[in-house]
Amino acid sequence: MAKHILSVLTENKAGVLSRISGLFSRRGFNIDSLAVGPTEDESVSRMTIVVDGDEYIVEQVSKQLNKLIDVIKIKRLDESETVSRELALIKVNAPAEQRSEILQIVDIFRAKIIDVSHETLTVEMTGTTEKQKAILDLLAPYGIKELVKTGLVSLQRGTNYINK
Amino acid sequence: MKINGSEIVIECLVEQGVDVVFGYPGGAVLNIYDALYKNSHRIRHILTAHEQGAAHAADGYARATGKVGVCIATSGPGATNLVTGIATAYMDSVPVVAITGNVSTSLLGKDSFQEADIAGITAPITKHNYIVKDVKELAGTIRKAFEIARSGRPGPVLIDIPKDISAALCEFENKKVSEEKRIKPNPSEIEQACKLIRESKKPFIFAGGGVIHSDACDMLFKFAKKINAPVSCSLMGLGAFPSSEPLFTGMLGMHGTKASNMAASKCDLFIAIGTRFSDRVISDPNKFARNAKILHIDVDPAEIDKNIKTYHAVIGDIKESLIPILGGLEESENKEWLDFIFDMKEKFPIGHTHIGKLTPHQIIKTVEKYTQGDAIITTEVGQHQMWAAQYYSYKKPRTFISSGGFGTMGYGTGASMGASIGKPDTRVVHIAGDGSFRMNSNELGTMKAYNIPVIVVVVNNGTLGMVRQWQSFFYEERYSQTTLDRGPDFNMLADAYGIKNFKATTEAEFESAMKNAVLLNEPVLINAVIDIDEKVLPMVPAGRPIDELILE
Repeated sequence: MAKHILSVLTENKAGVLSRISGLFSRRGFNIDSLAVGPTEDESVSRMTIVVDGDEYIVEQVSKQLNKLIDVIKIKRLDESETVSRELALIKVNAPAEQRSEILQIVDIFRAKIIDVSHETLTVEMTGTTEKQKAILDLLAPYGIKELVKTGLVSLQRGTNYINK
Repeated sequence: MKINGSEIVIECLVEQGVDVVFGYPGGAVLNIYDALYKNSHRIRHILTAHEQGAAHAADGYARATGKVGVCIATSGPGATNLVTGIATAYMDSVPVVAITGNVSTSLLGKDSFQEADIAGITAPITKHNYIVKDVKELAGTIRKAFEIARSGRPGPVLIDIPKDISAALCEFENKKVSEEKRIKPNPSEIEQACKLIRESKKPFIFAGGGVIHSDACDMLFKFAKKINAPVSCSLMGLGAFPSSEPLFTGMLGMHGTKASNMAASKCDLFIAIGTRFSDRVISDPNKFARNAKILHIDVDPAEIDKNIKTYHAVIGDIKESLIPILGGLEESENKEWLDFIFDMKEKFPIGHTHIGKLTPHQIIKTVEKYTQGDAIITTEVGQHQMWAAQYYSYKKPRTFISSGGFGTMGYGTGASMGASIGKPDTRVVHIAGDGSFRMNSNELGTMKAYNIPVIVVVVNNGTLGMVRQWQSFFYEERYSQTTLDRGPDFNMLADAYGIKNFKATTEAEFESAMKNAVLLNEPVLINAVIDIDEKVLPMVPAGRPIDELILE
């Protein structure tokens, strides 16, 4: 099924996240990822929600979200007009003899090493979901010990704003 | 002026025009009840037998009056006892404000005595809810709660108030209640709707509870008359259009009339007004109104294309939408179409059985006769509910009060009290099934204590009739756990509560009981015994197209 990006402005209050995630689960909608944080206005949070589903589902999600009192604005982002990033921390198995190969891969992806131990390297990787997948594929043979992702965050390109 | 949180609650309720609340005290609402005690001359408090009764009473009050109903309960079990009542109000879009106490803020989240996260529990069944953790926000929260409950598509709002907040002092100033803003439709959507209506040769109107909420019944009447379209009402819409009108075709869907169900299947324009296409109405979504374009007028954009794909939609308050639509239309006759409708109505009236000495049809018609069709009818859920919906002729909105969406057995006793208190000059007759009535019959004590003059008619077939009906039709008469071969004797039960009562096993006995009951200005119970195998017909088996009805 297709993925859709929803950008949602909400009141920055306790309980808002649970209202939104509760709505998804009780109406049977699937969230692929959800990232949230305050905006330039501290009283407002912005969520980027990636929804898995067809046109009907996405429309229903938007309409039902709109009914929540704490939701201020929802915008469906068109992927071609949007810049998106996701951050991943990848702890990869890195014995001395393979370390330079891993460093090369990290270099190619313009990722960063942010922690080193005798057995492991921790890689910080920022990029689109596709880029993330690509580096993970390449690192997989070395053995990925741990992986954590922030979920996608997106903004429209140029002078388009969510409130416009 | 500095007053405490509980006094703020009272002041805000008075500000909102609340003069009666339904509730039950407890530890976490002691402060609020102390304020109620001191303000009993301004707000009347009805003490129910159980918090569920209070929630249903607030709901019944709201449906009968159009005002916001208010119920109060303590923390923990008090609050969770409201849950079924809140869910009932949510599913039928009823404006209710529920106020619950909670443990003090310092004890929240520590599994304290009688603590429950009622805001978390009720999030899916309220339009919105609040927990107030700062007394400075209390007044604003209550005002906002009332505004949310009654605006747009109405619904219940819960306000959870920890005990230290109801005790804390705070500056308070009265504010005028802001005027309700009705949602205006988009003129181009109206124009397109008018075009569709003008083009239609076989229009069919389906009116729901939204018409009543929006106070748009007069506009609906003018609209239907102008375009000569037959009108069906959903269960929630009953009373929005006079049942005695020739254009009225009865309910639609699972227990709809043949005329309505055929009209929906044959019309070329299906005009849905203030309704949400419940599965009990549309049954098979692929076959529903299959020859029609669907025009949907509703205040809630989320209802558009949710259960049925529409051809065109108008989003706005029903009244605000119908006024310009009416202005954009010429009169049309649709004679051939109406002849077909009238023919269906004549050939296939709602049937009724003659098994047993007293039939459901006789009961409802006798109730109608002795109340001149002017009563408010409340119901529980099941067969009796459908009979009350089918056989009684509703003249006015807010006269049929029933749990439609949630289908809450045990709803009606509380709701009938709320309706009677809200409309003291109108007789309330509560049509109950014996199964549902058993669930919350404890409220007879409340009726007696406040002398609430409800006539409770227990349509007593000694079974969970609607479930039995399904077992008869679809489960080869395996009556699993539906036969209620047990007490109590409802007459003895009424006696125990000190309530006058009658027993009727024949039409003559029921007639005499009703005749006596309407003369009494106090609660009365009539135990009306009918046959166990009475059925609700017509019926469309779940999931079948609605023009495939079982008629007998």
